Amino acid sequence: MTAEVAGGTTRGATGEPADGFAVETHELRKEFGRIVALDGLTMTVPRGEVFGLLGPNGAGKTTAVKLLLGLSRPTAGNGRVMGAPLGDVAARRRIGYLPELFRYQGWMTAREVLALHCELARLPRSEWEPEIRDALELVGLVDRADSRTETFSKGMQQRLGLAVALLGRPDLVLLDEPTSALDPVGRQDVRGIIGSLRDRGTTVILNSHLLTEVERVCDRVAIVDHGRVVAELSVAELTRERGVSVRVTGLDDVGRKVAARYAPARVDGEWLFVDGIAEADVPRLVGELVARGGAVHAVIPTRHTLEERFMSLLAQDGAGGADRPGADRPGADRPGADRPGADRPGADGPRPPGTPGTPEARP
Amino acid sequence: MSGIASILIVARLTLREAFRRRLLWALVGLTVLIVLLTAWGFSRLAEASPVTGPLEMLAMSQVLVMLAFMFSFVLTMTAVFAASPAIGPEIENGLLLAVLARPIRRGEVLLGRWLGLAAILIGYAMVAGYLEIGAVAWATGYLPADPVLAPPYLATEALVLLTLAIVFSTRIASVAGGAVAVVAYGLAWMGGILGGVGSTLDSPVLRGAGVVARLILPSDVLWRGSMFALSPTDSVLQSAGVGADTFRISPFFAGSPPSPLWLAWCVVWTVGTLGVGIFLLRRREL
Repeated sequence: MTAEVAGGTTRGATGEPADGFAVETHELRKEFGRIVALDGLTMTVPRGEVFGLLGPNGAGKTTAVKLLLGLSRPTAGNGRVMGAPLGDVAARRRIGYLPELFRYQGWMTAREVLALHCELARLPRSEWEPEIRDALELVGLVDRADSRTETFSKGMQQRLGLAVALLGRPDLVLLDEPTSALDPVGRQDVRGIIGSLRDRGTTVILNSHLLTEVERVCDRVAIVDHGRVVAELSVAELTRERGVSVRVTGLDDVGRKVAARYAPARVDGEWLFVDGIAEADVPRLVGELVARGGAVHAVIPTRHTLEERFMSLLAQDGAGGADRPGADRPGADRPGADRPGADRPGADGPRPPGTPGTPEARP
Repeated sequence: MSGIASILIVARLTLREAFRRRLLWALVGLTVLIVLLTAWGFSRLAEASPVTGPLEMLAMSQVLVMLAFMFSFVLTMTAVFAASPAIGPEIENGLLLAVLARPIRRGEVLLGRWLGLAAILIGYAMVAGYLEIGAVAWATGYLPADPVLAPPYLATEALVLLTLAIVFSTRIASVAGGAVAVVAYGLAWMGGILGGVGSTLDSPVLRGAGVVARLILPSDVLWRGSMFALSPTDSVLQSAGVGADTFRISPFFAGSPPSPLWLAWCVVWTVGTLGVGIFLLRRREL
């Protein structure tokens, strides 16, 4: 396997492959000296899917993306991207990429950087102008199109990087931590852009350690830790309702005893968590709590959050990142901090697997 | 075909960067200043003692070779300091990641960078070289043996250093790569002088040292080519008599042009070294 296979594929980069996979890898392994960055990554991403690679820092997400692009060679294993073997130069015409570490020629204007990438991507010259205009509009950089990129803030550079990745309407877009430098408004914009890519039928692979981001935009998620896919899950399935949280006062432990008749229950301050209660039982539970003299302030459906699942999977996967510094752990940088409900009990930070979940009011 | 197109895209980008970053303007400005100053200096010198006899011509040729040496130094340093950050630092700061994710091979990026910088060096050597030779001829009436060939020799000498530095830049940090290239250039120059002394004294060891130095880094082959081109003509040397014999052992004199075999080695060395650079860049983790 070499990093640069020049069209050596039975299905050329421009010919439609017979299968429907944008990406498929089999036991991809990457070692840097004695460090194993990827330890047998096997995954498939169907065309048109928004796929999240989620994992703590150092899990191997960036390495995986670089292998897919042929920027790095696997030590072992193989894979195909858009039907072509890893490293196929021609296949890159159909791929857009936003690196995690991005910088663009500081002496160039945003428009010139985009023109350079139009040229590198071999877009017909007649398409450059509309492509550049659309890309600038999409990422909100029209006003700064003729400024040198060295005058850009990090967030603007990231917007430019996103514009570069979207040039020429690629079939596959690889975004490595695309919102790392963005403010909440920018993050919202990126979510919108990924949504429009999905509508267009573009396959998106999103690398992130921000659980809420992945949860909101991805169809499916692979949780990566220690260079392996720990689990591949659909976000919808992951975040289905699983119980209720009731804020009730004036009952002491009576409330828990009442609730325990329906499902396992736990009290945390004024909150009563009832895990796995049937939806039909919720009105009856509330009625009973009120009948016993309880004042019910709130009843909120509880969902599994990706964060809980993530932490439980990491915990199952050996040490669960326990050997990493705290700053690297998903809970440490409060990934849920911009999520509605983040100020509610139990909403931020990791919790042990199997404990009742977060009262989650998803928008 | 697409490979050449990719190389040209990167070469054009390199040229645009040199223009935009005012590297070219700085070189052009300095050159014009140096040419004007030397023209003025030479004209004053010629007024004081007209360059008519063979000994004056010998002296004039030495001054011209010293000037060429300065230009050669400026050219090779420009080559080294422009090429050292051309690849590695651009990988490290993320600049090349987005480029290499496009349908372009790493070798094409390296060759494009090389070609763009080579175009700058060749252009600069030609303009500065011919202007300087012209200015000296105008001020003193002195024309060396081969005024046409001297600037191309200077340019190709710089290309050898450009090649070395750009290959270093695929793996070594730019400051270290640049420093090593400069040291290698100095050693090759010294090796050439030792080889010359070895020839004069008929010492096989010194001659051998000169040959090894040129095999490792053939910049001195081309430097001796430009010295030969700037030397006085044979008739001047003959009429200078004993003066010319002393002159022949000067480190700033070459009695013969580089042999075709050595020139062929320069080409083979450059192509081979670029090949090594492409190999190293392809093996590098991004």
